[in-house]
Amino acid sequence: MAASGIAATPPGSPPSSPPGPASPPPGLRVIAPPRQGTRSWPLIDRLGYWACWAAGISLCAIAIAIVVYMFVQGLSALSLHLLVTSPAATLQQSQSGGFLDPLEGTFVITAVGIAIAAPLGVAIAVWLSEYGNDSPLARAVESAIEMIAGVPSVVLAIFGLLVFSQSFLGFLSESTSSGNATGKSFLTAGAIMALLALPLVVAATREGLAQLPGRMREASFGLGKTRATTIRHVLLPSVRSNVAEGVVLGMGRIIGDTAIIVILLGGTLKTEPAGNVPVLGLLRGTGSTLTNYVYYNSPAGEGNSHEKAYAAAFVLMIIVLVLNFAVVRIAAGRRRSDDIGGSWWRLAGGRGLIRTLRPAQEPRT
Amino acid sequence: MPAGAAQRSFRARLGGGAGDRRTELFLRALAVGTLVLIAAMVVTVFVEAWPSFEANGLAWFGSGGDADLQLKAMYENVALPGHSLLYFRAWPLIWGTIVTTVPAVLIALIGSTLAAICLTEFAPEPIRRTIEPIVRLLAGVPSVVYGLVAILALAPFIEKSFISNGRKQSVIYVVQLGGENLTLAIVVLAVMITPIMVALIAGALASVPSAWKEGSAALGVNRWRTIVRVSLHTARPAIAAATVLATARALGEAIMLAMVAGSRGFAANPLDGLTFFYEPVRPLAATLFQEADGLTIGALGHTLYAIGAVLLVSATLLSFAGWAAKQPLKRYGIRT
Amino acid sequence: MSPVKPIRRIAVDREPNVVEPAPGANGGGAAATAARPSASARLRAARPAVGDVRERMKVESVWLAYGENWVVRDVSLPVRQGEVLALIGASGSGKTTLLRSLNRLTEITAGGARAGAITLDGEEIHELEVNTLRRRVSMVFQQPNPFPMSIYDNVAYSLAEQSPPRGRRRRRHNAEIDHAVRDALTRAGLYDEVAGDLDRSALRLSGGQQQRLCIARALAAKPEVLLLDEPCSALDPISTATIEDLIVGLRESVAIVIVTHNLQQAFRVADHVAFMHLGELVEYGPAEQVFDRPAAQRTREYIGGAFG
Repeated sequence: MAASGIAATPPGSPPSSPPGPASPPPGLRVIAPPRQGTRSWPLIDRLGYWACWAAGISLCAIAIAIVVYMFVQGLSALSLHLLVTSPAATLQQSQSGGFLDPLEGTFVITAVGIAIAAPLGVAIAVWLSEYGNDSPLARAVESAIEMIAGVPSVVLAIFGLLVFSQSFLGFLSESTSSGNATGKSFLTAGAIMALLALPLVVAATREGLAQLPGRMREASFGLGKTRATTIRHVLLPSVRSNVAEGVVLGMGRIIGDTAIIVILLGGTLKTEPAGNVPVLGLLRGTGSTLTNYVYYNSPAGEGNSHEKAYAAAFVLMIIVLVLNFAVVRIAAGRRRSDDIGGSWWRLAGGRGLIRTLRPAQEPRT
Repeated sequence: MPAGAAQRSFRARLGGGAGDRRTELFLRALAVGTLVLIAAMVVTVFVEAWPSFEANGLAWFGSGGDADLQLKAMYENVALPGHSLLYFRAWPLIWGTIVTTVPAVLIALIGSTLAAICLTEFAPEPIRRTIEPIVRLLAGVPSVVYGLVAILALAPFIEKSFISNGRKQSVIYVVQLGGENLTLAIVVLAVMITPIMVALIAGALASVPSAWKEGSAALGVNRWRTIVRVSLHTARPAIAAATVLATARALGEAIMLAMVAGSRGFAANPLDGLTFFYEPVRPLAATLFQEADGLTIGALGHTLYAIGAVLLVSATLLSFAGWAAKQPLKRYGIRT
Repeated sequence: MSPVKPIRRIAVDREPNVVEPAPGANGGGAAATAARPSASARLRAARPAVGDVRERMKVESVWLAYGENWVVRDVSLPVRQGEVLALIGASGSGKTTLLRSLNRLTEITAGGARAGAITLDGEEIHELEVNTLRRRVSMVFQQPNPFPMSIYDNVAYSLAEQSPPRGRRRRRHNAEIDHAVRDALTRAGLYDEVAGDLDRSALRLSGGQQQRLCIARALAAKPEVLLLDEPCSALDPISTATIEDLIVGLRESVAIVIVTHNLQQAFRVADHVAFMHLGELVEYGPAEQVFDRPAAQRTREYIGGAFG
């Protein structure tokens, strides 16, 4: 090729602004991009399009209506007084007491439930992911956890009652006058709540572990570390945010459940510790939670104090909001190439509830 | 990329050691312990339920008499005339479950799919961004709150607008009509399960690779057809999962339905015409929840555990159905 | 040190050099110059001759914009059935945008304004219904993107009038569609390899096969023009050679426009070549002329490897 012409010019640096006229001559018609119309579509397609819009708008309208209604009713009924006073049993329900005890109860139950579910869930997830290796035992454990995720909480509650009213487990709860264990206490309810949160923690942790590259493990083994050490010092720290996400999702599920509370936490609105030992007494005692309180004060329960029910429901919604926010922050903080637009849909949706517990099919490379 | 087996033996050779062995045993013990616990739960529920099934046989699922009266009789420990204490016919409750769950799931499925398509494909970005947190909030709201709003706000409205005196009179000899009825139950149930379905389906739609959508557009297929034939097609596992999840939640929903469905163990009669929709029902889980005081009483306890066993089995079958629905989809490379 | 000389603006060639092809000229004129590898020249010499050549689309003084900037400026080209038109140029020269505007795909991605006229068989494409247009002017993309369906369903995709029935395994017993699918797969050179099981998942094919499947899919609706956007850049040499042979064979029945970064490939397959630079059409002419005796200095530089 003509070398001289090329050598004289610096390679690879064409001028920054192209030469020639900068815009089309006025004679030429400029066509703006047409709007994406549906006029040309066949009728069936257009019906589908309109149906989608109808559904979308209805969803938005209903969602906003519910939220606004709850906030308005709840805010108007809420007062600081309610938050810090214990429920009092008087005839004039609307005059008496607030929901300090139920609030306390919610925290205690969640704490007990997570205290059991989190370590157990992580342990099971680690075992399934690192040691289980598709053995029949691992499959069985997996199926059991997935089954728990789908079982209605009432069934779990009645199971709990059955187990904990056995006399040899009486230490976990109070005894009635006839000497039988009631089986109802914060501990027993919390233990069954742990079963609710367990599948979520397991699924989230497994997903995190599955997404860690295999070279992480091989690098550690190559340095002569045992698997146990690898897990403890390399793998678990890397999945911290997954575990946190699972825990927060589990907390959401625990906080929202009423059936287990009603069946396993006894009928008292105030927190009644059993015995005088400080913490243990509380745990063995009975009480209520916010969900219980809402039920009690609604027309379906006995209290029939609607404003308080709304106020307590409002507090519940605020808690859910905070938890949701936490989940999003945790997930966004993870350095991942997930597209954030799609990520919330992925997070909130039934993680670990009925969905397969086998995380994404990507092979470990 | 080493094959699975080679990888496993490679790791097994490397990761050994006494500490490792102990850790493995400990973890395995925990996992197996949990498995045993769960298995024990299933077994105990069935063991406790057995007397009720034994006494009634397959007719347990059939109809015969008023379920509420039967439960009451067991609670008071006084047998109904002509029957044993364990006599129980669950059909009104089963029918109540079917007639609340199925319509609610159908409505939610269609509504969620259409709304998810709208949100991911047609709605402009600002709308999507505002709706997302709201749907997220609704997905997490406890069911007791839904029950509260329904019973205080919607029930009176339904009673005033739709249940005329004439209607009440027409069935007064069997049952009393009120604001808490089948319609309210279906509506609130559908609203309750929609957010989670929208979340799952919209997530799947949003992760359809744009190369497929662009390819479809370049082939001259209009946007709607592209969505139906490519995006929905790819999202089928998510739709199956969402349906299973929603059905499980609807099936197991005890507290909200206890508040809202009328709590009358009465098999709503479709032959009543429109009044059918205003009759009270009592789904299984709600029954269990409401009668839970009686768990320690002999006959009632067995019956309640029997109801629990039925719920347990349905939930497991549902989970299995979800798994089975996804199997054929793996063939075409759709990620399940 | 002498100051850096700016690359001279090509003042000369604002007008495209249109050289009417003489009948049978496609097979001849392949005398290779010393700079052209003889293998490519031999390949060109071995190309089958084409009967008659007629104009399908005409691009007239087209300007295309992305937002504020005009990325294609005053380009005029003919697209003819019976020949392959190759658009070559460095990145950012606007060749891909021009290609995509031919089937109005720019409306989806760029939302850009356009000046000038693009006609298909005399009709301005802007006035045609967009989906009908895209069936007549089909496109194959750089990365093979078969749908997650069976091979049969992929090819039949643009043919079916309503949504396919539930049963994936059951083939639609519509003889017309069956015939069209088989025809498209044969034209794409894939039929022999997949005839055994058309219900297999398309994603299980190799890269080259997937790309040929995409070509078959594009051919299924019997388009008049086929647009190819760097179809072989993700493929290995053997698949590339197969597809190039395919393109050369197809040109008799479909007008083909191919955008490519690979100059050797352009020489192998093209009849006419259009070299674009920074949105302008620098040179247009028969492949031999542009590669062996380029009229514009910029073309010479590009082909010689001065930039790109």
